[in-house]
Amino acid sequence: MTTALRAQGLGKRYGRRDALSECTLEVPTGRVVGLVGPNGAGKTTLLNLAVGLLTPTSGTIEVLGGRPAESPAQLAKVGYVAQDTPTYPTFTVEDHLRLGAHLNPGWDDALARDRIARLGLDLRQKARKLSGGQRAQLALTLGIAKRPELLILDEPVASLDPLARREFLQDLMEAVADYELSVVLSSHLVSDLERVCDYLVVIVDSRVRLADDLEAILAAHHRLSGPRRDPSTLPADQHVVSASHTERQTTLVVRADGPIHDPAWSVGQLGLEDLVLAYMGGPSVDRSPRAALEVIG
Amino acid sequence: MIWLTWRQIRAQAAVVGTAAVVLALALLVTGLAVRDLFDETGGGFIRALTSQGGKTTLLNFGSAAVLLLPAVLGAFWGAPLVARELEAGTHRLAWNQTVTRTRWLATRMGLTGLAALAVAALLGLALAWWCKPIDAAILGGQSGNGLVGTPRVSPGAFETRGIVPIGYAAFAFALGVAAGAVVRRAVPAMAITVALVVGVQIAVPTLIRPHLAPASATQRITQENFAGMSAVIMNGRPVGPMRDLAIDPDLPGAWVVSQETVDASGHAIDELPSWLAGCVAPPLPPGVGAKLAPELKQRDTTACFDRLAAAGYRQRVSYQPASRFWSLQAIETAGLLVLAGLLTWFTFWWVRRLA
Repeated sequence: MTTALRAQGLGKRYGRRDALSECTLEVPTGRVVGLVGPNGAGKTTLLNLAVGLLTPTSGTIEVLGGRPAESPAQLAKVGYVAQDTPTYPTFTVEDHLRLGAHLNPGWDDALARDRIARLGLDLRQKARKLSGGQRAQLALTLGIAKRPELLILDEPVASLDPLARREFLQDLMEAVADYELSVVLSSHLVSDLERVCDYLVVIVDSRVRLADDLEAILAAHHRLSGPRRDPSTLPADQHVVSASHTERQTTLVVRADGPIHDPAWSVGQLGLEDLVLAYMGGPSVDRSPRAALEVIG
Repeated sequence: MIWLTWRQIRAQAAVVGTAAVVLALALLVTGLAVRDLFDETGGGFIRALTSQGGKTTLLNFGSAAVLLLPAVLGAFWGAPLVARELEAGTHRLAWNQTVTRTRWLATRMGLTGLAALAVAALLGLALAWWCKPIDAAILGGQSGNGLVGTPRVSPGAFETRGIVPIGYAAFAFALGVAAGAVVRRAVPAMAITVALVVGVQIAVPTLIRPHLAPASATQRITQENFAGMSAVIMNGRPVGPMRDLAIDPDLPGAWVVSQETVDASGHAIDELPSWLAGCVAPPLPPGVGAKLAPELKQRDTTACFDRLAAAGYRQRVSYQPASRFWSLQAIETAGLLVLAGLLTWFTFWWVRRLA
């Protein structure tokens, strides 16, 4: 199996601030990877490192086996739809297609024009007159028609209304199926991702907290509630993600390698949103690197 | 990349290109008429040309255009080249196509820069060609006022003619791109570019060009070539020493960089001999630091100048001769191209590590 993205000890520093630190990650190809985390957690930094817009201050990153943006061949393999889906405001839709055709040897012009026609975009329209959703679609078209192996999208739906959001993601999923793309997609909203992703990476405070198959994640996490007790008395194969206590009751979110047998707990399933929130959550989060490292292994 | 380069510069290129072609055509058409005038008027050519308002206006306008050209190219072609992308975030689109960042920059800077050099070459050479009869007339001893009477090696004419406009265009363009990449915003980068280009355009002719191995000549001071000196005048008489004597040296077509009065032993003097005040026959009009050329040239002061000459006083003139025009052009152009090269190298280094 090849890896779409492999990071080892990857870090990016701005002055004294870590935008990303100690990021070790291995994402297989053929997946739709959701990258989720609060604003400012380091999602954009990780993606910009992956496409070579940034260079790391420490560690290494490999994308489809190559160093990001090192050569035209590497650039050809990776499509990128940057945050806010930048387009040239004075260029028409047609100009953007010509840009794509002139700058990419692998450009699929029929695909691009089909998509534009299907989306109902006017080729003569200037990009600055397009709506946010149309501009995102245009940027996505540029990313797909270049026929990359891996498509990276940074908060592509952040500025879209719910309807446009749904259409965009649906459309993206069709493209993924049609062209066998691997996708890495970031969002600060879990609800955007859970419909489309089959692999999840959670970044909080510039660190990767969780990275695994979505199903495996959902199967391994439980909400436990029962009489108040100290979380450190749990068996060794149960790791606390978050804990909250009332006077008499304790509620834990744990990651467990096996089934939970302790009859004192009532065990509940967690939705993805709650699970991610537990990782993002306040000071009760287990901050040892163990949690992150284990889920990667 | 070529298409993208053209698509991104075409608006600015159309404005500058059209203006340049119109100006070049106007110079071509009137240049032929200037040659006819030269053939007809001979020794009275400069005076005849000065009386033709249209042609002198075109010369002044064309020269001003070539002087402004580097700042325009730097600000409108250079500064936005990288800055506009960074400002709009479109570099994230451009740099993720199948073209490396270095090749993207090389193509855009290369083609746009070459176009900038071509515009500068067209106008610089057209203006030099237009002015050829003027150069010949000035070398032949004719003189006049304004640009029509300015030797081509003098500041004001030198920067606008020949190959040196190419050097300034290259420098300004490279500076604009570099400023845009560093400042990351187009409008501030444009302002910085204009300020620095104008600064260099002032600094080079005042601080550098005069010192590029000027020639030196020592000439006699006469009633005829006397061009002025200064003194404080009270009650019609100079008070204190007279100083800053100047002449119009007999150096046709040269740019007089500086001049000073020297004594018999060849040392420069600050104050002219005190008897000169009595010799120039008061009363003089009152004034502080008055330049006395008009008053004294109307009187017969030959005796005074003869006495100066007899005492060994001469005027030493430092100048750039007309014959050095092309070598000075080559030196200055080369220097500016080296600067442009360094700026370009810096821009590539900077853009490669930009985020």
